[in-house]
Amino acid sequence: MDEAADILDHRLHWRWALPALMLLLAFPLLASAADAEFYVTLASRILIFALAATSLNLILGFGGMVSFGHAAFMGVGAYAVAIAMQQGLGSAWVAWPLAMGVSALFALLIGAISLRTQGVYFIMITLAFAQMLYFLAISIKAYGGDDGLQMPARSAIGGGVDLTRDRDFYYVTLLLVVLSIYAVARLLNARFGHVLQAIRENETRMTAIGFPVYRYKLVAFTLAGAMAGLSGVLLANLGGFVSPSIMQWSQSGMLMVMAILGGVGYLYGGILGAVFFLLLEELLSHYTIHWQLGLGVVLLLVVLVAPNGLASLLKSRRIG
Amino acid sequence: MFSKFLRKSIVCAAVGVALAASAQSTDPVKIGFLSTLSGPGAGLGVDIRDGFQLAVKLAGNKLGGRPAEIIIADDQASPDVGRQAADRLIKRDKVDFMTGVVFSNVMLAVGTPTFASQTFYVSANAGPSQYAGDQCNPYFFSASWQNDNLHEAAGQVVQEKGFKRVAVIAPNYPAGKDAITGFKRFYKGEIASETLPALNQLNYGTEISQLRASKADAVYIFLPGGMGINFIKQFVAAGLSKDMTLFAPGFSGDEDVIKAVGESMLGMFNTSQWGHDMNNPANKRFVAEFEKEYGRLPSLYAAQGYDAALLINAAVRDSKGKLSDKAAVRKALQAAKFDSVRGSFKFNKNQFPIQDYYMRVIVKDAKGRVTNRTMGTVLKNHGDAYVASCKMPA
Amino acid sequence: MSLNHILLLEQALNGLQFGLMLFLLAAGLTLVFGIMDMINLAHGSLYMVGAYLIASITAATGNYWWGLLFGVMGAAAFGALLEVSVLRRFYQRDHLSQVLGTFAILLMCNEGVRLIWGSQPVALSTPESLSGPVQIFSGFYYASFSLFIIGVGLLVALLMYWVITRTRLGMQVRAGAANREMAMAMGVDVQKLFTMVFAAGAALCGVAGGMLGPVMAVQVGMGESILIVAFVVIVIGGIGSIRGAFLGALFVGIIDTAGRTFMPMLFAQLMSPEAAANAAPAVASVLIYLLMATVLFFKPRGLFPVHG
Repeated sequence: MDEAADILDHRLHWRWALPALMLLLAFPLLASAADAEFYVTLASRILIFALAATSLNLILGFGGMVSFGHAAFMGVGAYAVAIAMQQGLGSAWVAWPLAMGVSALFALLIGAISLRTQGVYFIMITLAFAQMLYFLAISIKAYGGDDGLQMPARSAIGGGVDLTRDRDFYYVTLLLVVLSIYAVARLLNARFGHVLQAIRENETRMTAIGFPVYRYKLVAFTLAGAMAGLSGVLLANLGGFVSPSIMQWSQSGMLMVMAILGGVGYLYGGILGAVFFLLLEELLSHYTIHWQLGLGVVLLLVVLVAPNGLASLLKSRRIG
Repeated sequence: MFSKFLRKSIVCAAVGVALAASAQSTDPVKIGFLSTLSGPGAGLGVDIRDGFQLAVKLAGNKLGGRPAEIIIADDQASPDVGRQAADRLIKRDKVDFMTGVVFSNVMLAVGTPTFASQTFYVSANAGPSQYAGDQCNPYFFSASWQNDNLHEAAGQVVQEKGFKRVAVIAPNYPAGKDAITGFKRFYKGEIASETLPALNQLNYGTEISQLRASKADAVYIFLPGGMGINFIKQFVAAGLSKDMTLFAPGFSGDEDVIKAVGESMLGMFNTSQWGHDMNNPANKRFVAEFEKEYGRLPSLYAAQGYDAALLINAAVRDSKGKLSDKAAVRKALQAAKFDSVRGSFKFNKNQFPIQDYYMRVIVKDAKGRVTNRTMGTVLKNHGDAYVASCKMPA
Repeated sequence: MSLNHILLLEQALNGLQFGLMLFLLAAGLTLVFGIMDMINLAHGSLYMVGAYLIASITAATGNYWWGLLFGVMGAAAFGALLEVSVLRRFYQRDHLSQVLGTFAILLMCNEGVRLIWGSQPVALSTPESLSGPVQIFSGFYYASFSLFIIGVGLLVALLMYWVITRTRLGMQVRAGAANREMAMAMGVDVQKLFTMVFAAGAALCGVAGGMLGPVMAVQVGMGESILIVAFVVIVIGGIGSIRGAFLGALFVGIIDTAGRTFMPMLFAQLMSPEAAANAAPAVASVLIYLLMATVLFFKPRGLFPVHG
């Protein structure tokens, strides 16, 4: 009974979300007080990957589409905003939607072809496309090729907001992440989201009933691609630098790990996974150069102990 | 009464100032050592690190009289990872100097945040043409060379030896292109083929087939570290060493490659700004101490790391430890008053060295070791080709 | 023979060499996926551990052959240990959990190797006897070690063919791949079979490590780049099929090698060497994915699908 209610009604969990949001809003002030401003940059980075993982969760967790090429859309968004800046287009209001549009376009094209396959073949085809984009990026030396493309400056927003200030950048990123989560929640609780999740549950039945399954999946895939493109835009701005390596399959794998870790099919799964993964990475790397070992151990424990991800642990605790 | 008070306050003030000054002078000098410590290029990063740390150790773990704190990070030969590591070193650890990068593509990514934060970068290896020419920056100093230099010297050697058809191989990244440009600046014969394999590629079957097809009489390779090791082994295994003479810059002909490849390298010519058999007191001390500390002969990478540390030491010393006075530090760096293992050392207008380049050949020395012997000087007091387009104020 | 013929022959041999090595890696992967229905991202780690073991034993004994023998045995033991302790818990789990779990193992293996052997690549040389060229005919020399690799690859392929088709164990493996439940119902000791299959896959990876280690480099993360190609091979060949893995591997090996050789030559005719150097490797790398897409278009389940 609870399961069915959850699919139709993804709650925003204000009881947890609001304090967390307050903490996030206060974070830069706390960091300044502790003379640890570097961590505001880290927090921005974590938020960006939280956004990317959430976009993957949209199609992976809620749509049942295991895309092993999702990082490619991040890369497309990042390159789009960097190339736009190179061509003189520095305003965020123009460049960012443009970059999202370009990612959406790529997602549309790739999805149109890939979604005609199923199961492991879908995984491999999405992987193949991502690899093709990666090799394409490496080969075009005009855009830096293997060495990457520098972004001469961060996008301009205007109105007193200066993205070159780490704190402003953090708040803009936080705002975008919050808006995106809200948008995803609305989407999931609307008819579109219900149909998508029903398709994940039983695609054959949905086709038999008469839903245009392919179309729904393609729309979801495109939206996820656009969202990933936005996270790419933010990543490019954060680092001032775009490298083809963000499109590699290992990056897609990392996004998948974050989504699975956080809990596929849970609204906050992407965020939880990204935060946990990256915080753990940062924490462990302080102590030892062999932090990947600790990370592996923790991930293994999580997958054995919490089969449905971290979010499921939180959920059961709440009920119990 | 008043004069006694005045005298006391003067003494107190003097003591106070002295304390403040000494408090500053016991603050450690923080060095951000970012290099390639994993993957095929790791041997180079490790060599630079070993040379750098040896110099600091011999100075009593001090730089310019102040305690030295070296923070080591691995860039994994990736511009992306390198840049993030640089951000951490600059913003979190707040280092005073950065050094160590091996590969030029990483260098170009690391340079931007380093210069933006007004942190000095003393390069122990990478010397991209961009930083020697139109993108020269007051915060960049090369304690090694400019990328083209060793290749220019090699081009001169090949030209003088009279080879007519030369095949050129260099990895597809900024330093690789600098290599080919530099080589062609001094070699005037025919280029039989120009191949740019991917950086850190290890399987050269394709390139070797192409070499065979090109019918060159000599091959010039710029393949540092593990790349060179693999290529030379595969080149010899495919039987091409019978028909083609192999030339390289010092990067592919130094101790790290020799150790891995061995006697099949005997007779190979290479060019360098330094050789371990050079006869000046600083070098003799360096080589002896290095062998004692690490049990192996130093490569040119280690020599560069050592010199970089000596240069930083001189800069801290000559600017009296006042590292926040960027102009003073820059002047001290430009003066370069230290005893380099190369002999004399001076900077050009673009903060790249003007120095001699030598031809070396791989032989068996008196102890039966396969190693380099420095032969003659190929280029004397040689600067670089990009200094004219550097427009930064002195 | 003209130079062009020599080039073609050399490429054919190179392609065969690469293809056979891919087969060694893909065979274990396809069996694990086909029989145990498990996606194993740590498969490349088995290859890496095998290469490291062989390098260490070779360095310790001074003899490549001992290194190869004991290294492969060590890799098999490692694979069996991994399966018994951790991996068998994932058979019943969904693919996503397997991805996460085997990814964790991949991280642990990488770091574990780094802990034991350090970050720098470890030296592994071809044995003295096989370090020189062999004259195939006048004017054409080929590396003797490459011929050795081809020989070993073919030998292993034949051995596998014999085991799979002519022994009881092979029959059980084929049955398990086609229909696991039925095989269990027919009395196959599935647990032991799985462990053996996994260990065999690990041994194959070890052999590949011993062959490719001297040619490339033995370093942390060496399994990752080749893992993806192995997945492409088994998708092309059909998951669970050894025959498919063999043919798929040969296709991929030859097409990849041919692409890497002829693309640059073709492009060099059409554009500057630098532009060619940029474009050609990218196009060559993409070829195997195009090949996969083409095969899947005509045969959506691969060349030799096993499951009914």
